[in-house]
Amino acid sequence: MPPIDIDATVLTNARLSSEYSVLSLAAPEVGARTQPGQFVMVKPAGATDPLLRRPFSVFEVLRDARGVITGVSIFNKRAGRSTRRLYDLEAGEVVSCLGPLGQPFKVVAAPTQAWMVAGGVGLAPFATLAESLAESKTDTTLFYGARTGEELFYLDFFERLGATLVLSTENGARGTKGRVTLPLEASLKALGSGNTAMVYACGPEPMLEAVARLAARYNQPSQVSVERVMGCGLGGCYSCVVPVKHGDEEANLVRSCISGPVFDGAELVWD
Amino acid sequence: MATPDLSVAIGSLKLPNPLIAASGCFGYGLEYDQVVDLSLLGGVVSKGLFMKERQGHPPPRIVETPAGMINAIGLQGIGVHRFIKEKLPLLRERGARTFVNVCGTTLDEYVEVCKVLSQAEGVAAIELNISCPNIKEGGIQFGCSLNGTFDVVNAVRKATTLPVIPKLTPNVTDVASFAKAAEDAGADAVSLVNTFLAMAIDVETRRPKITNVLGGLSGPAIRPIAVRMVWECYQLVKIPVIGMGGITDARDALEFMLAGATAVQIGTQNFVDPFVWSKVLNGLTDYMTRHQVAHLSDLIGAFDPTPPKAAHA
Repeated sequence: MPPIDIDATVLTNARLSSEYSVLSLAAPEVGARTQPGQFVMVKPAGATDPLLRRPFSVFEVLRDARGVITGVSIFNKRAGRSTRRLYDLEAGEVVSCLGPLGQPFKVVAAPTQAWMVAGGVGLAPFATLAESLAESKTDTTLFYGARTGEELFYLDFFERLGATLVLSTENGARGTKGRVTLPLEASLKALGSGNTAMVYACGPEPMLEAVARLAARYNQPSQVSVERVMGCGLGGCYSCVVPVKHGDEEANLVRSCISGPVFDGAELVWD
Repeated sequence: MATPDLSVAIGSLKLPNPLIAASGCFGYGLEYDQVVDLSLLGGVVSKGLFMKERQGHPPPRIVETPAGMINAIGLQGIGVHRFIKEKLPLLRERGARTFVNVCGTTLDEYVEVCKVLSQAEGVAAIELNISCPNIKEGGIQFGCSLNGTFDVVNAVRKATTLPVIPKLTPNVTDVASFAKAAEDAGADAVSLVNTFLAMAIDVETRRPKITNVLGGLSGPAIRPIAVRMVWECYQLVKIPVIGMGGITDARDALEFMLAGATAVQIGTQNFVDPFVWSKVLNGLTDYMTRHQVAHLSDLIGAFDPTPPKAAHA
C-alpha cells in the first residue's frame, strides 16, 4: 500500500511543557493504516523553511467518541528550527503529513512479556504499541526515564491500558534516580529462567545501545526504534542509514526509513 | 487545441515528456514505484554506480539549509552488476526509461562500467558522473579539468553506442567551456548542474553538521544559478542540455526550458513531495493550453532577453 500524503489540519497542539507538545492531526486515512512503531513525515505546509519534513513516530491513533479514527498525533520536542515551528503551531493551521511509513514493531503475546523502555521523547512509539499489547492481553511494563519528574508524561494513559510503570529520573525527583537502564537491568536480573521478555526501546542513541546490550547479556530479544537524520522517508536519499549485521556477514549501512525504524537490537552495530 | 505534445528528443532518444528523476534523489527508481507510475516519467536516472558496491560516508549525511540541503552520501551503491541483475529487469517491467549514472575512480573504470551496461537490456542512456563533490578519488577530478572531461567522454564514447550524457559540476569558473569539451569529445547531451560544494557548521559545538564536513548544496536555493549556467551552455553548444537545480513545480521546469534545456531533472523536490510528478506534468499542460503551445519542444531556448517592463513606467 502506498503511503498517504495529505495536508492535515492541526486539531489541537497540547503543550505539555515548555519543550514538549502533542500535535493532533486530522489524518484519518493515515491513522487507519498505522501499525505500532510506524512513522509519519511532517512539516508546516507550503513552506520552504523547513524544506524537508521530519520523521515522527505516530504517537496516538485518534478516535472520536464512537471509536471512529479521526487522525494521528505526534509527540514533539523542541530541538531545532523545525520542531520549534511545530511546537508553535495553533489549531487550524496545516501540516504536510506523509505516512504511515517504515517497519512496525512485532507485537508479542503471552507467555512472552513486553517491556517497553522509553527515554524522554522516546516515549513516542509506545502508546500505540501499548494499545496493541493490551488488546492481546500481554503482560506489559513501561520503563520510562526522563530528566525530571515533570517530564514524565501520559502516565495515566499507560496505566489505564494496564501497563506496569517503572519510572526513573536523572534528578531523582520520581522513581529511581539515574538512567532508565538501572531499573531495567534489575528487572532483567530478576526475570526467572524460562521467562522471556521482549525488550522494546526508543530514546537517545546511547540509551538504545545500552538497552540492546543489556537485553543481549541477559539473553532476551529486543526491538529498537532508531532515529536518524532523514530526508525523504521513502528510501530515496540514503541519509538515514544505520549499520546492521546479519549473522556472520559484514555490517551493511541500511536505510532506517524502509528497513526500520524498528530493528532487531541484536543486529544493530554500535559505533 | 489538440492534446499538448510534451515529447522531447535527446539525440536519437525520444522521451514522452521532459521530466527526468535526478540521480541520487530517487534511489533506483523502484523506491518510488508505489507513489508514481515510473512509465509516466520522461526518464529515471539511477543512483551513481561504480563497478563494485560502495558503503558511502558515515551519517549524518545531510543537513538542511535555507531553501536547500547539503548532502554527502558518498555514493553508497550496489555496483553495476547487482543493478543489472536486481533492478534493471524490474525497471524494464514498469516501462521506465532508465538512465544509468556511471561513476569511476579511474578512466578505465568509467569505460568498463559503460561496457557492462552496453551488454544489458533496458538502458536508455548513460549519464557520466564526473561531478560528484563528495568522493576523494575520480569523479570531479575529471569534471574540473577540461582535458579530463574530454578524455573520459571520449573514452566512453568509443566504448558504447548508448547515448552518453556527462553530468557537469557547477564548481568551475566557466561551465559552458566544459559543455563544449564534452561536445567535442562526442557527448550526445550534457546535464547540469550537480550540487554546489558547500559546508555548514554547528556554532554550539563548533563542529561540522555532516560527517564529511563538505557536501553538495541542492534545492530551490541554487535554482537561479543553475538557470544561468544552463543558459550559458545552451548558447555555446549544439547538443541538448538537460537542466536541473531546485525545480519544484512546472514554472521552475519551464524556466529551465526557456533558458535552453531540452529536458529537466527533478531531484531534491522528491524528498519534499514524492507526488511532485503529476503536479508538474499537469502544470506544463496548463501552461501550454494557456499560451497555445502545441509542442513543448518549441519552448526550448525560447527565452526573450528583452528587458522587462519597469513596474512604474
